[in-house]
Amino acid sequence: MFLGLTAGALLVLASGGCGKSEGGAGAAADTVKVGEFASLTGKEATFGISSHEGTLLAIEELNAGGGVLGRKLELLTEDDQSKAGEPATVVNKLIARDNVVAILGEVASSRSLEAAPICQQNKIPMISPSSTNPKVTETGDYIFRVCFVDPFQGTVMANFATKTLHAKKVSVFTDVKSDYSKGLAKYFKEGFLASGGQIVAELDFNGGDKDFKAQLTAIKAAGPDAVFVPGYYTDAALICIQAKQLGLNVPFFGGDGWESDQLVKIGQDSVEGNYFSTHYASDVATDRSKNFVVSYQKRFNGKVPDAMAALGYDSALVLADAIRRAGSTDGPKVRDALAATKDFDGVTGETTINEKRDATKSAVILQVKDGKFKYLETVAP
Amino acid sequence: MNEFLQQLVNGLALGAIYALIALGYTMVYGVLRFINFAHGDVFMLGAFAGYFLSPVVNRFLPAQSYLGGTLVLLLAMLLCAGLGMLIEFLAYRPLRQRPKLTVLITAIGVSLFIEYTCQHKYVFGAAPKKFPDLIPTETWRFGGLVLSSNQLLVFVTSLLLLGALRFVVQKTRMGMAMRAVSFNEQAAALMGVNINSVISFTFGLGSALAAAGGILFAMNYASIEPLMGVQMGLKAFIAAVFGGIGNIPGAALGGIILGIIETFAGGIPGLSNYRDGIAFAILILMLLFKPAGLLGKAQVEKV
Repeated sequence: MFLGLTAGALLVLASGGCGKSEGGAGAAADTVKVGEFASLTGKEATFGISSHEGTLLAIEELNAGGGVLGRKLELLTEDDQSKAGEPATVVNKLIARDNVVAILGEVASSRSLEAAPICQQNKIPMISPSSTNPKVTETGDYIFRVCFVDPFQGTVMANFATKTLHAKKVSVFTDVKSDYSKGLAKYFKEGFLASGGQIVAELDFNGGDKDFKAQLTAIKAAGPDAVFVPGYYTDAALICIQAKQLGLNVPFFGGDGWESDQLVKIGQDSVEGNYFSTHYASDVATDRSKNFVVSYQKRFNGKVPDAMAALGYDSALVLADAIRRAGSTDGPKVRDALAATKDFDGVTGETTINEKRDATKSAVILQVKDGKFKYLETVAP
Repeated sequence: MNEFLQQLVNGLALGAIYALIALGYTMVYGVLRFINFAHGDVFMLGAFAGYFLSPVVNRFLPAQSYLGGTLVLLLAMLLCAGLGMLIEFLAYRPLRQRPKLTVLITAIGVSLFIEYTCQHKYVFGAAPKKFPDLIPTETWRFGGLVLSSNQLLVFVTSLLLLGALRFVVQKTRMGMAMRAVSFNEQAAALMGVNINSVISFTFGLGSALAAAGGILFAMNYASIEPLMGVQMGLKAFIAAVFGGIGNIPGAALGGIILGIIETFAGGIPGLSNYRDGIAFAILILMLLFKPAGLLGKAQVEKV
């Protein structure tokens, strides 16, 4: 059982984790191979699936329009099972064995951080659709992202706590296993302290824990006005449930890691009324994103696309755009074209890649209401 | 003071579940002298049995009733008892005469097999699931102290099961046979004890307790997934070693103490992410100063 995680990972890789090629009509030598790694199963499965579906839709639409450089795109997707260690294995495989021209992925920053050095070393451009930790693109000049970064998201939530929630004392409950959570907590604290707030209890948990009552009891004793939980949806839902059980009835709020229908499915009444920030809201939309919502629902049985799906979609479009402008699938040339991306019209807004290879974009704040995510406000960068 | 009492309640509820799982480890060790690493996965299967049985039971009994909840619990325990015996029969019995290390490695294999089979999308799938409310839940407040009916239930059920176990082991013929096999397998066999059925029974009993632990855990912490038994199994194993492996009251005591220590560690800012580490550190200290565990007796190995 101690060996469970690593040995088991190999076992599953051998049986079920083989590369699936999707979206490429007539996979032949003349296709442009794009690698994708995503958490299709495991703890953050809904993120990986949404992101993958968005990416897949984009590739299919691009191919229907003739592909890029007169060639069809072929998407090779690998599942990393939401597990540490797995991204390195699958990305190495995509690069060495499948000879992909670029890598798309992942949602979770910790797993993007694992793949980034490999892509950098092989000079294969990598675009993370939705990893928000700053360290991801700091890995090297081949690593890009099409979403905002946590220093921005942390500040947005700090302002939200002071201005909208009128909170003076906030507790922060961080997942120490996740680079995303640690980063977001740090920037939130800086922003909240700067705006005159007070952090009353800082507690930690390990992502995947089930019992949070010990920490929540300590948080309750500190008497905060609100609790910031920069974690992922499964943990966040359990935290909200157990907080209610302990009689801790203050607003809980988090970042884009909360956005999954699983948050409501697991948390039910306990997550009602809580808030989180994310990249995009499907109920307030431009023409561009309305079209996306329609075609996504048509392709995936009426499922409403979330932010991860929209960013997955944009990541593939930004890549295709760069390949077109580069006029080549050569790594360094695609990299230069990606770095020059300016005002690209995507479904999550206009994407401009800055000198840090991050996208500057606005954030939206959503509230859980009647089991649905309702748009509250937009915050520009 | 309130915080202290609240943490004590939290710790006791968690510890009671550790205790139930730890009993399975310790009983199997007592009889067979090996650690059944698949035990944590039986705990997981117990929770999933409850998840799937609950809608079935609700067809003829009202949802969220004590009667329905008890029936789900008993059925899941029965199912897992059968599963535990099956695991023993298929995986461990053929290796009974082989070195203990062979059986131990097989146990790890069985554990991985169960975990990853269950993660397959056509079995349970890897995504966490919401566990249904089996019984009506209530919350009582005493000043700032909050006690939920589920927490109380965990404790009461654990105590009842512990009592039942003590009765079985001390007062029944099968229990006497178990103690005899644990004391000296060969001598017991010579006295006419059917070793196979005793071992089978031990696995069944331990697995039923693990299933009860799984359901109580799921009722308290709301979500279940195929890997939930990994960490819990490991902790319960520590609890069993802590209390003195092979010793039944020791396992129960070890579970409770571990739950309380872990909860108090988890409530200290700056230390809260080390709660698991603290549990393991205590195990190491225990083994350094009292190798046989809290209630275990040091045994002289005859060469």
